[in-house]
Amino acid sequence: MGIAIVVTSGKGGVGKTTTSANIGTALALNGQKVCMIDTDIGLRNLDVVMGLENRIIYDLVDVAEGSCRLQQALIKDKRFETLALLPAAQTKDKLAVTPEQMEEIVTQLKREYDYVIIDCPAGIEQGFRNAVAGADQAIVVTTPEKAAVRDADRIIGLLEKEDVGMPKLVINRVRSHMVQNGDMLDVEDILDLLAIDLLGVVPDDDHIIKSANAGEPAVMSHESRASLAYRNIARRLLGETVPLLPLQEKKGVLQKFRRMFGFK
Amino acid sequence: MNTTKSKVVIKGTKDGLVFFMDDTCSFQELIEDLREKIEHSHQQILSGPLIRISIKLGKRYCSPEQQEELTQIIRQKGNLVIHMIDSDVILKEEADKQNETPGFIIQTNTVRSGQVLEFDGDILLLGDVNPGGTVKSTGSVYVLGNLRGAAQAGLNGNRNAVIASASMRPTQLRIADVISRSGEEWSDQNGATEFAYLENDQMVVAKMNLLHRLRPDLGEKKA
Repeated sequence: MGIAIVVTSGKGGVGKTTTSANIGTALALNGQKVCMIDTDIGLRNLDVVMGLENRIIYDLVDVAEGSCRLQQALIKDKRFETLALLPAAQTKDKLAVTPEQMEEIVTQLKREYDYVIIDCPAGIEQGFRNAVAGADQAIVVTTPEKAAVRDADRIIGLLEKEDVGMPKLVINRVRSHMVQNGDMLDVEDILDLLAIDLLGVVPDDDHIIKSANAGEPAVMSHESRASLAYRNIARRLLGETVPLLPLQEKKGVLQKFRRMFGFK
Repeated sequence: MNTTKSKVVIKGTKDGLVFFMDDTCSFQELIEDLREKIEHSHQQILSGPLIRISIKLGKRYCSPEQQEELTQIIRQKGNLVIHMIDSDVILKEEADKQNETPGFIIQTNTVRSGQVLEFDGDILLLGDVNPGGTVKSTGSVYVLGNLRGAAQAGLNGNRNAVIASASMRPTQLRIADVISRSGEEWSDQNGATEFAYLENDQMVVAKMNLLHRLRPDLGEKKA
């Protein structure tokens, strides 16, 4: 029996889908059997980020309505044997699926996969309730902005009422130079407020945008710091103890000096 | 003059007249005696300037209708103003109700954005109030943690209520009907151990060690 993890945030645009895609892929890289579910019915994105859009035949709503078998709707990833995606419907809305149906689908998937990663839509309405319905654990994604942290706090409050244990936190898009100048909330401030366990800190990275547009999850490449951060998050989910990445600028002091003296 | 023991004994005090009602006779006898005294025998002391009247019923329970009857008789005299009607006994239901409200609770959780912690009495919260979260009480609010959200004390208009926190950084404070936002009259947002109270209808925030001087009666409450 696998574990179902919902990736949620409350606020839109903080990187839920990116986080789902990268954690899912990183777990598959570690040899786990992973199925990702996009529950953002009407605004599906996960298939695009994964580069699997053109393979969709059936979707989540088809499965819920019984117009196809679950196995028919699952899309095997083109890179990993052990990675699959259950895409959302693009033509319906959140009300096309009920929490009970979601729970049933997730339970079925857990029998076959080690990890079921559920990508939650923004908001706290039906889409959120659907996504949380079958989950055993929750990952809350936030960015170091007041509005995102406020919404994360609200979501944690709602998750406390669900049967998902204590949620874990991913702080996304941290810009180390802004934190250092005091222009951005730092990790300590956010943890002090939200009072939940930290799963990882992902630096802001252009590579994420590039890879999302290319339909290749960032963790596939070894160049960017964000991809390393996501791989570390996956390792922590698997139970390893991995230290947090140092913020870029701390390491970069030497580089700054080098640059000053014209070595680079 | 009556030779039997009077059912209504009238005594004068500094604050006006006190009517002591016999609690062993029937209500009818009491009414008759009161009417006799008001309408006939005690004319001389019951006229003149405004007089405040307190009625002591002793161990007699009077329904609201019966109290109204007593009031009506006394009101015949325009100069008599009823100040209070006091009885040593109350209904069982009322007594139960008084016992039910403990007047004080201890809570151990984080009040997160969108959550409201509400109580009829005093609240001691062992945890944080995050921005967007609200704590409301008819009494005082004590937060043993960070107060970063909103707190309302004295919901029913109790102006003696206070809001105290180990780390005072609220978005908004309310005591009774006085509302105060941070960044205005009092806030330096340093998260010190402070409490807010009302002084001349103005919200004031002071260091916690001044609490016993400004609200000495708070400490005597049973926890």
